[in-house]
Amino acid sequence: MTTTATQVEHTQTQTDARPLLLEVQDLKVEFTIRGGVVKAVDGLTFDIKRGQTMGIIGESGCGKSVTARAILRMIPKPGKITGGRILYYRRPRHPKPGEEDKVEVIDVTKLDPDGEVIRQIRGGEIAMIFQEPMSSLTPVYTAGTHINEAVTLHRLLPIKKLGDQMVERIMEYRRVTKEEARAIAIEMLRRVGIPKPEQRVDSYPHQLSGGQRQRVMIAIALSTEPAMLIADEPTTALDVSIEAQILDLMRDLQRTTNMAIMFITHNLGVIASMADEIVVMYMGKQVERAKVVDLFYNPKHPYTKALLQSVPRLGPKTGQRLASIEGMVPDPLNLPTGCVFHPRCPAFVAGKCDKIVPKWTQVGENHWVRCLLYEE
Amino acid sequence: MSSTTTKNGRIGDILLEVKGLKKYFPIQRGLLRRTVGYVKAVDDVSLYVRSGETLGLVGESGCGKTTASRCIIRLYEPTAGQVFFKTRALSPDGTPKMVNLLELSREEMNRVRQEIAMIFQDPINSLNPRMTVADIIAEPMVIHGKYVKGESEERIIELLRRVGLRPDHLRRYPHEFSGGQRQRIGIARALALNPSLVLCDEPVSALDVSIQAQTLNLLQDLQEEFKLSYIFVAHDLSVVQHISDRVAVMYVGKVVEMAGAEELYNNPMHPYTEALLSAVPKPDPLYKSDRIIMQGDVADPSNPPSGCYFHPRCQYAVDLCKQKAPEFREVKPDHWVACHRAEELKLRGI
Amino acid sequence: MAVAAAPAVPAKRKELSQSYWSLVWYRFKKNKLGVFGGILLIVLYVSFALIPEFLAPYALENRSQFVEAPPTPIRFVDEQGRFQAPFVYGLERRVDMVKRLRTWVPDTDRKYPVRLFVQGDEYLLLGLIPMNIHLFGIDADPREARIFLLGADALGRDYLTRILYGGRLSLLIGLIGQFLTIVLGMTLGVISGYYGGPVDMFVQRFTEFLAAFPNIPLFMALSAAIPNYWSPIAVYFMLTIILAFLGWGGLARQVRGLVLSLREREYALAAKSFGASDRRIMFRHLLPGTTSHVIVIATLSIPGMILAETALSWLGLGLRPPLTSWGTLLQDAATIRAIRFTPWLLWVVPPILLTIFAYNMLGDGLRDAMDPYSGRG
Repeated sequence: MTTTATQVEHTQTQTDARPLLLEVQDLKVEFTIRGGVVKAVDGLTFDIKRGQTMGIIGESGCGKSVTARAILRMIPKPGKITGGRILYYRRPRHPKPGEEDKVEVIDVTKLDPDGEVIRQIRGGEIAMIFQEPMSSLTPVYTAGTHINEAVTLHRLLPIKKLGDQMVERIMEYRRVTKEEARAIAIEMLRRVGIPKPEQRVDSYPHQLSGGQRQRVMIAIALSTEPAMLIADEPTTALDVSIEAQILDLMRDLQRTTNMAIMFITHNLGVIASMADEIVVMYMGKQVERAKVVDLFYNPKHPYTKALLQSVPRLGPKTGQRLASIEGMVPDPLNLPTGCVFHPRCPAFVAGKCDKIVPKWTQVGENHWVRCLLYEE
Repeated sequence: MSSTTTKNGRIGDILLEVKGLKKYFPIQRGLLRRTVGYVKAVDDVSLYVRSGETLGLVGESGCGKTTASRCIIRLYEPTAGQVFFKTRALSPDGTPKMVNLLELSREEMNRVRQEIAMIFQDPINSLNPRMTVADIIAEPMVIHGKYVKGESEERIIELLRRVGLRPDHLRRYPHEFSGGQRQRIGIARALALNPSLVLCDEPVSALDVSIQAQTLNLLQDLQEEFKLSYIFVAHDLSVVQHISDRVAVMYVGKVVEMAGAEELYNNPMHPYTEALLSAVPKPDPLYKSDRIIMQGDVADPSNPPSGCYFHPRCQYAVDLCKQKAPEFREVKPDHWVACHRAEELKLRGI
Repeated sequence: MAVAAAPAVPAKRKELSQSYWSLVWYRFKKNKLGVFGGILLIVLYVSFALIPEFLAPYALENRSQFVEAPPTPIRFVDEQGRFQAPFVYGLERRVDMVKRLRTWVPDTDRKYPVRLFVQGDEYLLLGLIPMNIHLFGIDADPREARIFLLGADALGRDYLTRILYGGRLSLLIGLIGQFLTIVLGMTLGVISGYYGGPVDMFVQRFTEFLAAFPNIPLFMALSAAIPNYWSPIAVYFMLTIILAFLGWGGLARQVRGLVLSLREREYALAAKSFGASDRRIMFRHLLPGTTSHVIVIATLSIPGMILAETALSWLGLGLRPPLTSWGTLLQDAATIRAIRFTPWLLWVVPPILLTIFAYNMLGDGLRDAMDPYSGRG
């Protein structure tokens, strides 16, 4: 590999049972627009392990979608990654004998955004699904064509041969043929729960319902057997009954393929049932990160607390008002000084919160928060 | 238990009663626009709203809840049905009387529209981008010839304050505001003529969680202050439960169940309501969901199934359900259901 | 009250608190080519349509003996090589006996200084102020010597003067015609899009009928129908109306399309829910949403109008002498004889090209600037 970003392989020495897949370190993304510079993502740090689901929650404009796009180097202009690293621990998808443990660490931020390496990763190793299933599918192609495209680009099939000891050995890999791609497409549609996949494979997007389209999107994303799936608000446009089906499907597929999921949403109900670990973002900053149970039962940051209290919940009717977060989301061009949340914060301490930028502080096992309340 | 007794008597008599409302959109094909079929967007909706109460109207997308609410104010001409509304606008001495809105002339209907306001889902599209905030809020007054220079301007400023905006926002344009602020402008406009009924069409679904809470609180405060009745159209069951006194559930153009909010969520009597409730994701990681899987997709409103529209997806369906459409009936006081097996089924609430 | 007021808006943001049109203006200013086109158009319209009388050295119909005189160069150096204030030589008539041709050669004995703001033919500036000052000219009896920067035509009239005057009719026919087109196209487009049904059907079929008709024969038929005893001015207005009548169809279709999409916007629905009349919804809510597109479409189609006039007049179907437009001038220039012996008559072409380029640059610039709210945030 000629890319400077590719470091020499090193063997995995991870103590956690699940090996690292993606490590984001102090990521910064900025958009320079007419009025100034918007820090869309400012100092984001987290990691995702294989088979894990990382949830990212936050309100619109908090930088959660930009983060997803940064990982795939798909930030729209005039956005730019201005700092930090995104380390992708790449394992050979079809390892040669003796190289099963080989891990190549790629710093995605250093890659050419149109280069060969990122294009292999994009779609092939890290797949992404979007919020709007209608506009993410090309209207003139059938569901099958969409899947074929991904499959023929990224999926390889083993060429098997009998070796010296009459044992079947994998010699080489080849690209799939058209017929195989179609078979894979039908199989994928069946797995995502589309009825009559043999017929549906030839349907055009407009012939599918919203839920079916999102399933097709998932089928496309998963047809290449990615190591990680980035789901950017995948169910926001869907009805609850279909949402529940899609979430079930994603959990099922994760169990069978050991794929990691980065799940971006603003819906706390959805994230509670999906994620292992959650990052809460506010105005481009990560304000809290914790295991899902800790976050819901022991939130630390005032923003997280307020967010959890402001959603109406099904349950015995209390007749009470919702706890709301005061004020409006600040102008991204004119972020408040100190802690960005201080103008809306119920625990605001004058002279401190508006002056000092809080540090990323550990408050428990796997529980980090950015708030002056928890600094020494 | 009926919800009429709750909330310290703010709920009064029936303000709006809809009976057998239908709206069929023709499907036209070919050069001569021949009608080849109908999309039964609203197919027999009956409901009522008491003054001062909030009726939640829930259902999945395409179930006709928005169309139904727009038929009430005759933005779409209903195909059939009756909409009775207690109005003051049409009687010379201002005494309220029940009239069937669908029988009114265009001119009379426009007068009644002072008393029924709408709040829309999309805070970007529902405000004319070429008009200032002042013009937008003044528009209902101008239309009804109630705009008085000076006096009305004061009222607009008062309305702005009431919804949490500042007077210096008056000369600005909608695109300079955030989504939540725009929704507040829409709310101020809805209140401009002192309506008695406000049709809220998904007013918070386009807003962020924290803004959603503010807006819901604002709507509740305004209801108390101005004695408003709401029809709250939404797909989010948690939001509807929070804000509604009574809830009506729609499926493929029909109201399948209507009851007090607490009653409906605790003791649903229609299998669709049960399935819908079980599918709502709970913001609790320790909650073990055992949701009911609805088979297949929502029925096609241009070609609905026979009998009960829900039967192909219903786990309790029997032969009768395929043959005969159930009647929408009052099974318990103030609890209406359209299901043949309403009495025998023991369904699970939340 | 539960809701806190929005945080104070920073001063910088306040400056940006502007209407749609000021946003458009801001973006347009950044488009150099568009601004250049706009300035060019202003210059063109001022000099050709507003004050050609002042810029031209002679009156339009001022004939002279200098039939088909070639362009007179302005000289700074005389025959002795001395540098002097700008002057022109007088013209002397020669007859080339071999070619049997009449030509004009400079008479170096007679020198006439070129002056700014000289007195000359009487005219009414802007049709109101009587004046006789011209931007430039020579100090001489016009019967004796003249300045022909772009030569003279077959009647000895200054060709520069004729181009300047001709531009007025050609440029204004585009504007007036387009104005009529906009009025017709927008009104019918809005009505057609808003009401739909039979009204829409009728308007659409009619525009299709117009579009399907071959243009040139239709022009010919319509202009042939103009009675020839009409005064040239009446012919001119009739022609404008014909051009507008044929042009509104396309615009109406575009406006109708826009209205169809705007009608579904919730703000139109909101107005209706408050009891607004159809007229109010159409003209207060829907029409303003189409203006930006209409302006762009109109700007880009004015050149078509100008060219149509030119083409018609060139074919002899449009304006007729004594009216002078670029089209009638082109008619004189477009003969083999003219190209062979009086090539300066082709000087009418550059202003036509310039105008069309300028309109296209302006139109493109406007289109980029008006794309509603693009590139915000």
